[in-house]
Amino acid sequence: MTEIPEHLLKRAQAAREKAAADSGAAAPSSGEASDPRIPQHLLDRSKAARSGGDAGGGVAVAEKAGAVVTAAPTAGGVPVGAGPGGHTQRLLTVVKSGSIQEAKGAPVDKVHTWPHLLAVEFVAALACTAFLLVFSWVVNAPLLQAADPNKTPNPSKAPWYFLGLQELLTMFHPMIAGVTLPGVALILLILAPYLDRNPSNKPEDRKFMTTMMTVHLMFWAVLVIIGSFFRGPGFNFTFPWRDGIFFEL
Amino acid sequence: MAKVLDNPRPTLKERAAKIGEQVQGSQAWNSIFRPGSIFRKGYTDSPRNRSYVIMNSVLYHLHPVKVKRHAVKVSYTLCLGGLSFFLFILLTVTGIFLMFFYRPTAANAWQDIQTLQTSVTFGLLVRNMHRWAAHLMVLSVFLHMARVFYHGAYKAPREFNWVIGVVLLTLTLLLSFTGYLLPWDQLALWAVAVGTNMMGYTPVFGSQVRFVLLGGVEIGSETLLRWYVLHVLMLPFVIVIFMAIHFWRVRKDGGISGPL
Repeated sequence: MTEIPEHLLKRAQAAREKAAADSGAAAPSSGEASDPRIPQHLLDRSKAARSGGDAGGGVAVAEKAGAVVTAAPTAGGVPVGAGPGGHTQRLLTVVKSGSIQEAKGAPVDKVHTWPHLLAVEFVAALACTAFLLVFSWVVNAPLLQAADPNKTPNPSKAPWYFLGLQELLTMFHPMIAGVTLPGVALILLILAPYLDRNPSNKPEDRKFMTTMMTVHLMFWAVLVIIGSFFRGPGFNFTFPWRDGIFFEL
Repeated sequence: MAKVLDNPRPTLKERAAKIGEQVQGSQAWNSIFRPGSIFRKGYTDSPRNRSYVIMNSVLYHLHPVKVKRHAVKVSYTLCLGGLSFFLFILLTVTGIFLMFFYRPTAANAWQDIQTLQTSVTFGLLVRNMHRWAAHLMVLSVFLHMARVFYHGAYKAPREFNWVIGVVLLTLTLLLSFTGYLLPWDQLALWAVAVGTNMMGYTPVFGSQVRFVLLGGVEIGSETLLRWYVLHVLMLPFVIVIFMAIHFWRVRKDGGISGPL
């Protein structure tokens, strides 16, 4: 249940007491037809609506208006600031029942971000930090000999995420392997949402795109793994279990 | 004697409570925490206060007050996007620490790292964290992309946010690659030599691209300075802007996850 703020509860309580006191004082004015402060044309309209039978909203509004008027303070004659005819309020508009917008969307099952999401995020961040701290404590980042432009290590390898490209270099001309192929892959990746015209995001409807992406990702993953672990001196093919690993992160 | 009994010395608890009240009633305190903030009036668990935690704090930039129930399932998003952002923050913090001890010149760079590792308190640990967090961020951004793709979460109206995401992936790789050179050891020098040689094969203006990247025809002190500025200033600046757009679009396009 939603929590009702303290001051609203107090106000409602006060209004209820006042209404009870007022109705005790001015008991006979229960029927709005006899109330002289409601304009005649409004009474006619509500009467017509009631006899019409179908416009429930209009009747409800008229009754409510009557109730509000009876609840208004009556003691002391015409209050200060009252309008013509002694009315203390004016009817600005009558909202018909059909004109009120109805919410069409189905209700969505939602939870509060705090604590449901923030707590998860906090734990994830904490776990990530803990993992990094322990890992950094145990494994040192590599720092080889100072850079020497005259001494080329064998093999020379790019960072691991570029090793797929370096692997392609062994097969194609550098312009194709180093620029064209990754460029095309990147552009295809950017255009993916515009090329994929299928509106569904259910896995069973997207077998083609899922396959394409998996093939694409596996293509790079396999190249990176070969470049990282299966390439030795001279970037020649080796087996890591035979010749050791030529790889630094 | 009677006077003492009427006015007993306030206990420590009472005094603390009084000070707390004075602080919370002060103008300074009220200027820091917005009306409705849980730090103004205290937190008791209620739906209203749960909303206020988000609504009256800077978190409102990142999250709405309520999210779809299935969006908070860890098995759905694996927290990958959030973790990528968190790793970026971690990398910024550790990176600022490293900047205090590092000069980007060919004569000093390697020696500075060596000194950092051997004679600065926590120097080795912080450098390790920076290195491993960088690799982990490349991995988490990549996995985040795969996750989004396999859920079909790039479809309308999220197409453009996917494009920004690919830009962010590229920027992450560039950040990692520019940082790779900075230790100025054999690994850094030759990894970057291989990478920049590849870029030299860009059609039409390959040699110009290489010249601009290296600040010369060979990797040297100028390259180091150039990549240092790229790594600590320019690329982070650019990636923060793109991240801001990315996060804003996540909220505008229908929340952190799930079909719309």
